[in-house]
Amino acid sequence: MAIQTAPDQDQWTRPSIWTRWGPKARWGLIDILVIAYAIIPVLWIVSLSFKTPSTLSDKSFIPNEWTWDNYINIFKTTDFIQALINSIGIALIATLIAVVLGTMAAYAIARLDFPGKRILVGVSLMIAMFPQVSLVSPLFDMERSLGLFDTWPGLILPYITFALPLAIYTLSAFFREIPWELEKAAKMDGATPGQAFRKVIAPLAAPGVFTTAILVFIFCWNDFLFAISLTSTNESRTVPAALQFFTGASYFEDPTGTTSAAAVIITIPIIIFVLFFQRRIVAGLTSGAVKG
Amino acid sequence: MAEIVLDKVTKRYPDGALAVSEANIEIADGEFIILVGPSGCGKSTMLNMIAGLEDISDGELRIDGQRVNEKAPKDRDIAMVFQSYALYPHMSVRENMAFPLRLAKVDDATVRAKVDEAAEILDLTQHLDRKPANLSGGQRQRVAMGRAIVRSPKAFLMDEPLSNLDAKLRVQMRTSVSKLQKQLATTTVYVTHDQTEAMTLGDRVVVLRGGLVQQIGSPQFLYDNPANLFVAGFIGSPAMNFMPATLADGKVTSPLGDVTLTDRVRQLVEAANANRDVIMGVRPEHFEDARLIDDAARGGGVVFKSRVEVLESMGSDKYAYFNVDGRHIESQELAELAADAGTADAGETAMALVTRLSAASGASEGEELDIWFDADKVQLFDPESGRNLTYSG
Repeated sequence: MAIQTAPDQDQWTRPSIWTRWGPKARWGLIDILVIAYAIIPVLWIVSLSFKTPSTLSDKSFIPNEWTWDNYINIFKTTDFIQALINSIGIALIATLIAVVLGTMAAYAIARLDFPGKRILVGVSLMIAMFPQVSLVSPLFDMERSLGLFDTWPGLILPYITFALPLAIYTLSAFFREIPWELEKAAKMDGATPGQAFRKVIAPLAAPGVFTTAILVFIFCWNDFLFAISLTSTNESRTVPAALQFFTGASYFEDPTGTTSAAAVIITIPIIIFVLFFQRRIVAGLTSGAVKG
Repeated sequence: MAEIVLDKVTKRYPDGALAVSEANIEIADGEFIILVGPSGCGKSTMLNMIAGLEDISDGELRIDGQRVNEKAPKDRDIAMVFQSYALYPHMSVRENMAFPLRLAKVDDATVRAKVDEAAEILDLTQHLDRKPANLSGGQRQRVAMGRAIVRSPKAFLMDEPLSNLDAKLRVQMRTSVSKLQKQLATTTVYVTHDQTEAMTLGDRVVVLRGGLVQQIGSPQFLYDNPANLFVAGFIGSPAMNFMPATLADGKVTSPLGDVTLTDRVRQLVEAANANRDVIMGVRPEHFEDARLIDDAARGGGVVFKSRVEVLESMGSDKYAYFNVDGRHIESQELAELAADAGTADAGETAMALVTRLSAASGASEGEELDIWFDADKVQLFDPESGRNLTYSG
């Protein structure tokens, strides 16, 4: 009898599967939902890019007929290749300039007390919040009269303008993390302010710089609004804008397949960029500098 | 190696706050000098001014007879050890220590030799290839010292270098800092808020309060002859006991009874032109269990009776705490000291009289005891100015 009742009691006292695995299961479920929400559209467009024109609307998630034609087609047109070159060039140049300027500005904001500091921070925050769409028409007019319309600088300049506040904010947070005493120590060790920055502060700020570079690059790479408004030809049209002008094999044919293939292609540099830099973003690099 | 002279050095912040006011200090070549005071007394500001990390508003700073007010830190040839150590986290211990030499463009062989030598002195040889993050607090502290000593600078500046270590290690490092300084014979300015460090380390101690130099002298001299109430209260642990008293005809009436001043003290007090109201100060070790004092000696002091509130036996000594009535003193200086020690709101116990009795004393908690104290060791202070009326410096 005793043997039989024991399991019954055990069932009451032992936590149920749900409570034992509860937290893990719940978090796992939420994780799966979030990942699915993010990745299904991507998989969908990948699937579309491999479909033949006739099976495009067959409502099947996995293509019934696989084809590389869409990819071959986009690389046959000079439009896409030129757009890709524009995108890479413009985004890299804008990122480089924004990060260099942002690093210097952020360092000044984090470390120095100068008149107008609050105003500078305020203005940069204001620029970041400003609705970009309201600037498109004035920029269009300005760039046309300055001869910047439909040129690389014509896009690089607004990108830098809007990326800088982002860069300054992210970087000044990183600079604030670096103990000021390290710089004093470098000065006492005989470093000029330039040497102290190059040999001590910059290496420690590197993770911040790379993080910012990724964010700025993604911002420039993804921009559609400026790209569509401030360009008119293949001279400077970037991929997000160029996608708009894709046509199928004939005028009446739906370019969905090629557009999807192009969309997949332009995701690749971002992935490479992030993978390349994430190794450098090592948290806790400053540990051991001060007491701790 | 160098002598450092502060000639009316003043630091005034843009908002008008005065951090250091007309400090005159002459630091001899090879001397170990301690700047001590409660937080906010300007000691770190003074150190930063010597280092060149903060501008000097007024006055002149001379190193080896040369005015260096306008020189950048790197041109002063001074090394500094920071409270937080400020090690470069991305460099190994070797690179950290070699950094000043690399900046000075010293050739590789010399750098290696000097770093190895410093590592030997500081017992860091087996840690040279590790990163600061993998070192213990004491090791980090030694790396910071190593970075300072490798380039044989004119002077060392140390900003509370031991305050982040735990108590045991601090005592150990205190000895090694002292030994190292003697070995290298380099002029050293050491900032601390810990009066024990000040007493044990320095050749001379500078006591600061609110940006003003209170007194400069050897630790023993400051202990025996504090210039004012502040120095008397700051130097010594446990601190000197203070109580209000009145002075008339060479006699002090205090809560501990009437004290007939010895001739030596009376002459000092007369020369100082003392008022009627005074503050009497007696150090804990100048009290003794009356039973242990022979009759001949008894006459040179005062005996009073009180109940032992708390008794702490240290083995070598016994600390007995008493409550004495009428001990409340209105004094800015004592209030500041209490605030710094954190006893300002400790209430009753802060008012207690602390005595250090010999281990042979038969004192026991809760019982009445006859206590004797040495009348010749009594110090009297002016309640208004805090001046020591019995100062014989």
